Amino acid sequence: MSKIHVTTKVNGDDVEFLADPRESLLDCLRDKLDLTGAKEGCGTGDCGACSVSLDGTLVCSCLVLGVEAQGKTIETVEGMAQDGDLHPLQRKFIEHAALQCGFCTPGILVAAKNLLERNPDPTETEIRYWLAGNLCRCTGYDKIVRAVQDAAAEMRGAA
Amino acid sequence: MPKDELKTSFKWIGTRPDRPDGLDKVTGRARYGADFSLPNMLHAAVVRSPHAHARIKKIDASKALALDGVKAVVTRADLPTGLSGEDLNLQDNTLAGDVALYDGHAVAAVAATSALLAKDAAKLIEVEYEVLPHVIDVDDAFRADAPVIRPGLADHSVPKGAPGNVTRYIEFGHGDVAAGFAEADLVREETYKTEATHQGYIEPHACVGQMGADGKGEMWVCTQGQWYVRRMCAAVLGTEASQLRVTPSEIGGGFGGKTTIFMEPLALALSRKAGGRPVKLVMSRSEVLRATGPTASASMDVKIGMKKDGRITAGTVSFRMQGGAFPGMSPIGEALPCAFACYDMPNVHHEAYEVLANRPKAAAYRAPGSPMAAFAVESLVDEMSRELGLDPIDVRLTNGAKEGTKSSYGPKFNQIGLVETLEAAKAHPNYAAPLGPNQGRGVASGFWFNHGGETSVSVAIGEDGTVQVSVGTPDIGGSRASIALMTAETFGIDYDDVRVNVVETGALGVNEPTHGSRATHSNGKAMYEAAGQAIRELCKRAAADWGIDAEAVEWADGAAQPAGPNAGKFPPMSLREIAGKMGSTGGPISGHHEITMGGVGASFGTHVVDVEVDPETGRTTILRYLVVQDAGRAIHPAYVEGQYQGGAAQGIGWALNESYIYGKDGRLQNTVFLDYRIPVASDLPMIDTVIVEVPNPGHPYGVRGVGETGITPPLPAIASAVAAATGVRLRELPMSPPKVLAAIKARG
Repeated sequence: MSKIHVTTKVNGDDVEFLADPRESLLDCLRDKLDLTGAKEGCGTGDCGACSVSLDGTLVCSCLVLGVEAQGKTIETVEGMAQDGDLHPLQRKFIEHAALQCGFCTPGILVAAKNLLERNPDPTETEIRYWLAGNLCRCTGYDKIVRAVQDAAAEMRGAA
Repeated sequence: MPKDELKTSFKWIGTRPDRPDGLDKVTGRARYGADFSLPNMLHAAVVRSPHAHARIKKIDASKALALDGVKAVVTRADLPTGLSGEDLNLQDNTLAGDVALYDGHAVAAVAATSALLAKDAAKLIEVEYEVLPHVIDVDDAFRADAPVIRPGLADHSVPKGAPGNVTRYIEFGHGDVAAGFAEADLVREETYKTEATHQGYIEPHACVGQMGADGKGEMWVCTQGQWYVRRMCAAVLGTEASQLRVTPSEIGGGFGGKTTIFMEPLALALSRKAGGRPVKLVMSRSEVLRATGPTASASMDVKIGMKKDGRITAGTVSFRMQGGAFPGMSPIGEALPCAFACYDMPNVHHEAYEVLANRPKAAAYRAPGSPMAAFAVESLVDEMSRELGLDPIDVRLTNGAKEGTKSSYGPKFNQIGLVETLEAAKAHPNYAAPLGPNQGRGVASGFWFNHGGETSVSVAIGEDGTVQVSVGTPDIGGSRASIALMTAETFGIDYDDVRVNVVETGALGVNEPTHGSRATHSNGKAMYEAAGQAIRELCKRAAADWGIDAEAVEWADGAAQPAGPNAGKFPPMSLREIAGKMGSTGGPISGHHEITMGGVGASFGTHVVDVEVDPETGRTTILRYLVVQDAGRAIHPAYVEGQYQGGAAQGIGWALNESYIYGKDGRLQNTVFLDYRIPVASDLPMIDTVIVEVPNPGHPYGVRGVGETGITPPLPAIASAVAAATGVRLRELPMSPPKVLAAIKARG
């Protein structure tokens, strides 16, 4: 099957790659752009480990075709830290021990960032429902929810 | 070590610094199994049986091999013959022989120049099957008229006349159970059942393997134990263990499921056949659910005798457990001793049958066997406590095992913390929180032995006075942080001046995996001894510099110091100072220690859960959850809490939702996370924790290990809470909404 040339912007950088029409955006990010931060936990959009932002919309990159990225803007976990400074969510996840194995962490960070961009002061319930598409098997979510709450407070200037 | 020699005040132990791998893991830099690649690498795919039980009549790979870019196909014919015991089990599971034993059993594997091409090629491999009768359910498999799926595998322990799928039998006990039951005011006997669940790590199995015709190879793999991978792959392939170098990646969860191998030898076999090109093999989620893990399913009879005051006079259990189509995989040997471990049992008897069924080869899952046993025994203890009008914590306090108690499985307990967990649970505000309509509270305790095992650790002093620790146990939940804390404490240096590396098989002697809650426990001890060796050398160098006897120097506050006034007056010589000139004072300074770690401290916990059950849908909501567990000593309390919370969440999933669902055709029906539904964030409340610390006398820092016990009490605690909320007792897991609703309706 012939491949399709895709031009897109990832974490602020213009990039291009050749995608088989069957390949997911996740495959293209990981295998063609060496951005292995997004993970494949299921390949069916159930676990959220592959979460990225596509033109500002939170998506499971395993459910998006690589060719659909043409002309779009993508943000992944690799782009969260700015100029060497961690995003508050990244700092708070370390501080609150909100990760154990860390495999779900990139997807959860991307999803939580997307939440706080829409809702800077989410309730515990809102955080839990927003992250319901991001499976974590290690933590029981307690410390993840607290880390998101704390990051949100800091970003609001309330901490 | 005697109790009074255990240190109780620390600079680093018990603090909560950032974990050393935190930055890599929040930036996406941490490299997991599927993140590793090599130049000139091939990609592999596996052909799996669609049948629960089928004879393989023919495998034709000619169409696959005819595709451009397909480089190798392997079948069982490519593996050596003559294996026995667990090695044969592993080989049988890696690739089916004459018979496919479960839905998802690997039959062939193919390597090609791309992952897409490998998948296409796998579809072109034609396998001709003759479908055979299958059996899935543990009770069905135990029936005398069940199809006998693998005749001739029963070992010497199996009693004459046992059903044909039984492969193992265990029996033990003490006292006089008949007399004990006769003495009781209340005797109850019930049967409980649990379905298989999967460990559910979010990272699917993944590896890159490379092996030449000379049998020398390398593997990069997500695993809990690189030496186990090395030994098992070598056994399956008929190569030499030391010729295979295995490097563990970061690991995306394991929970016991990554202590063994599933597809790793295939990558090596394909590489060998493809001229030594490296081969990457990554499982899909459905392959993970169909062909790795899961835990055993169980059918369990329990009988308990109790006095009116709650004193237990006797108990018996008879368990049937299946661990798939492979002998030796069911955790009957662990489930039985765990069953009554929380109780001082004057009269007790245990027996269990292992039964084969057409299911995947079970793997360890967090305290293997203990959650099922606890579901049976703790549920019945709760039922009887309620019947006698007794507080469930009081009943456990009346009978609770303590220091000096002869355990239900034989040995006497040394210092243990069960009673302390019960007292802390009783005093916690959750135990007094008011309950509304359709709400109920459940309590249960749990036990795990904990494990030490083969451990090899090195410490090496850097020229700048920092310390590098090499360990052989992959870090699943923060063990590098806890080992670094203990190292900083031992040397008297800063936490940030320690780096703990998880190393490959070429760098240390054999290490068991990260299993049995052993990583912090065993490495802590081995590091302590290795550090002692390095510290003795550091003191020697200082003594030589000062011109005094080495015995006249002691190590304190991160520096060599003259020991007492007679040693002479010298200012302390810091680690940095000694290290800076070690090249000219005798060479590198390091320490090394190897041990088969004993000194295990038994682990107990008590959970309290409040639920609300919707009487119209049967859905159970967890309102409050409390975990109290004895850590011995919490080295990094945040990650100890994390283990408690994570164990509880997995137990909640097992209790309420998770199970393997098979069709009549013996095929697994819920092979994706949408259908095999583990708890999500909106299913759970905050999970409260209390860390009890009754130091383990067998460890220099009192560590018991905290990884496993937390999954054990949730099953019975939630069943008891549901019973309190609804008035109906569910004795079969999971307590899914339809089952709870049916039970409520049957109650009327």
